Amino acid sequence: MRRIFSAIASRVVIAVPYAWLLFFFLIPFVIVFKISLSDLAISMPPYTPALEGLRDFFARLSEFDLENYHLLMCDLLGYIGVGADLCRGGFSTDFFERPYLSVAYISSLKIAAVSTFLTLLVGYPVAYAMARAPQSMRPTLLMLVILPFWTSFLIRVYAWIGILKPEGLLNQLLLNIGLISEPLVIMNTNTAVYIGIVYSYLPFMVLPLYSALEKLDHSLIEAAQDLGCRPLSAFWKITFPLSLPGVVAGCLLVFIPAVGEFVIPDLLGGSRTLMIGKTLWSEFFNNRDWPLSSAVAIVLLLILVVPIVLFQRAQARAQE
Amino acid sequence: MKSLGSIRKSFAPWNDPAATPYIRFENVTKKFGDFVAVNDLSLDIYEREFFALLGASGCGKTTLLRMLAGFEEPSAGQIFLDGQNLSGIPPYRRPVNMMFQSYALFPHMTVEANIGFGLKQDRMPRDQIAARVAEMLKLVKLEQFAKRKPHQLSGGQRQRVALARSLAKRPKVLLLDEPLGALDKKLREETQFELTDLQQELGLTFLVVTHDQEEAMTMADRIAILDKGKVMQVATPAETYEAPVSRFVAEFVGSVNLFDGSVSAREGSVASIAYGDGLTIAADNAGDAAVGDQVAFAIRPEKVRVASRKPEAGADNVMSGEVWDIAYLGDMTIYHVKLDDGRVIKSAMLNSSRLVDDPLTWDDRAWITFAPDAGVVLTR
Repeated sequence: MRRIFSAIASRVVIAVPYAWLLFFFLIPFVIVFKISLSDLAISMPPYTPALEGLRDFFARLSEFDLENYHLLMCDLLGYIGVGADLCRGGFSTDFFERPYLSVAYISSLKIAAVSTFLTLLVGYPVAYAMARAPQSMRPTLLMLVILPFWTSFLIRVYAWIGILKPEGLLNQLLLNIGLISEPLVIMNTNTAVYIGIVYSYLPFMVLPLYSALEKLDHSLIEAAQDLGCRPLSAFWKITFPLSLPGVVAGCLLVFIPAVGEFVIPDLLGGSRTLMIGKTLWSEFFNNRDWPLSSAVAIVLLLILVVPIVLFQRAQARAQE
Repeated sequence: MKSLGSIRKSFAPWNDPAATPYIRFENVTKKFGDFVAVNDLSLDIYEREFFALLGASGCGKTTLLRMLAGFEEPSAGQIFLDGQNLSGIPPYRRPVNMMFQSYALFPHMTVEANIGFGLKQDRMPRDQIAARVAEMLKLVKLEQFAKRKPHQLSGGQRQRVALARSLAKRPKVLLLDEPLGALDKKLREETQFELTDLQQELGLTFLVVTHDQEEAMTMADRIAILDKGKVMQVATPAETYEAPVSRFVAEFVGSVNLFDGSVSAREGSVASIAYGDGLTIAADNAGDAAVGDQVAFAIRPEKVRVASRKPEAGADNVMSGEVWDIAYLGDMTIYHVKLDDGRVIKSAMLNSSRLVDDPLTWDDRAWITFAPDAGVVLTR
């Protein structure tokens, strides 16, 4: 009796996270996926109903097509400049008159990659210093890293406008010191977006790096030095390779949300800062083309799944 | 292989006034904040010596080793190696290598890469590195494990990799920090002998830190016993055991019976030590103990004989009491005899025959005897 009960209990325990994922991830995903397969309709909601009872489910199913994905593929082909003629036919011409969506994708990936790298450059020394700090100071330092989360993300990004704008704090400081003679134009450029992303996502880089570096046995560094390795070379040969799991985890934690980032480019970036998050927003709410934007979102998801899978493979290999 | 016993027997450079020490600690002090880890310590170690630093934890032995390796700088004093003053030389330029207590093997490198790491730092040509690594693998009998990662090895194998790695660069001195601490008893005993053989074969100077006196005595040519950052005694294992210079050393190494008293008479090398109400011990080799000096007479349990029959009249150092405790260890039996004056004396009797014709048992009347030259007189 007791065994049956505990068997049921263990199933229930496992079932909870599955149920969570099913309700809050899989079902919304399926809904978005369905929208992406349907056609644009000028109505409320602005797409042909995806489900209206099982009766005409199969009738509807035949209306589903991959047109939006076809469009996205043509967009990419058009951007690259090959096989564009194959695509001209079926689409309304105004689609091809606006900027390529692929530009937004690639620009997002580029901005995310650059800011991930910058975050790593800033975060690594911070995490290293924290891991080398006296044991008694580490909880305080960890607290300080997490402290910004106590203020709303939106407010913190707004605060950067006050710092970066032409008459902002940074320019005033630099002008007063005499380092520059006229205000720097940082606001509404990609530089401001980089600064915003590096600032906002720094804790996500520092925390996994810290946990990897803190585990590192200091006697390994001593052993390397004992065997004739200079401190800097010991860092590259021992410390860095052993902190790689933290580096990869931190980079993924920054890169993935940064690709889809909307708030930072919207507030700090200029009209020329093209990111897929902004494009999604305008497709959903300005053009009200839900099916296409759903397809854009699904493709973005697929693009992001690739690095995650690669990371998991690398981890599995490291565990061997 | 030729027997190394004869080499070891005649090896005693510390008795040769003409020999120059290879490693020299000169009035070395190391402080960590208020804590004095090493206190004005001087110590000479000779080339090809297997030298052990023995002491309880916190006695400064590891600090001494780390100062020689260059991980700590002395607060005062100097360290010389082969005539060279080591102060200010960073660890990566010192001609010494260390085998770490935790082994500190690089987990992301194979056994081969671990052993070759130091050679690669020295920019040794690739083929020479490969040859040296192969030689080292053979030395520690790990040829078939070259491609493994450290976590795929057993504790004993890891210990060998660590040893091979620290030997690969042919250091002037090999420093070993508790080299056998993580091994189980059986493996430890085997490895002790392997290490001494290896040291003789390679002709290197080994400096080992240990808290295990048996380990130190098995392996070392000489032992320095440390306490609170100071050297208590430097001597061969036999001297340390048989001729301790102080109560501390006598009690630290092995088991001992101590009688506190004062010298009541002196006749040549023999002193009479009064240790209780009219009770005296006749002690040979009394050194410079003069009449009236407060001394301790130390005698090892195996040099105390215990019997159920009263010895013949005229025997030296006879005491009587009753058997208080018996510990049968197989090879020997330890008797705790409570003397008539209340003190408990330990006696270890070798069980040289299987059947004891005169068995002593609990509460039996027992007689204790020992020769005047079986113990030592300690003035400190």
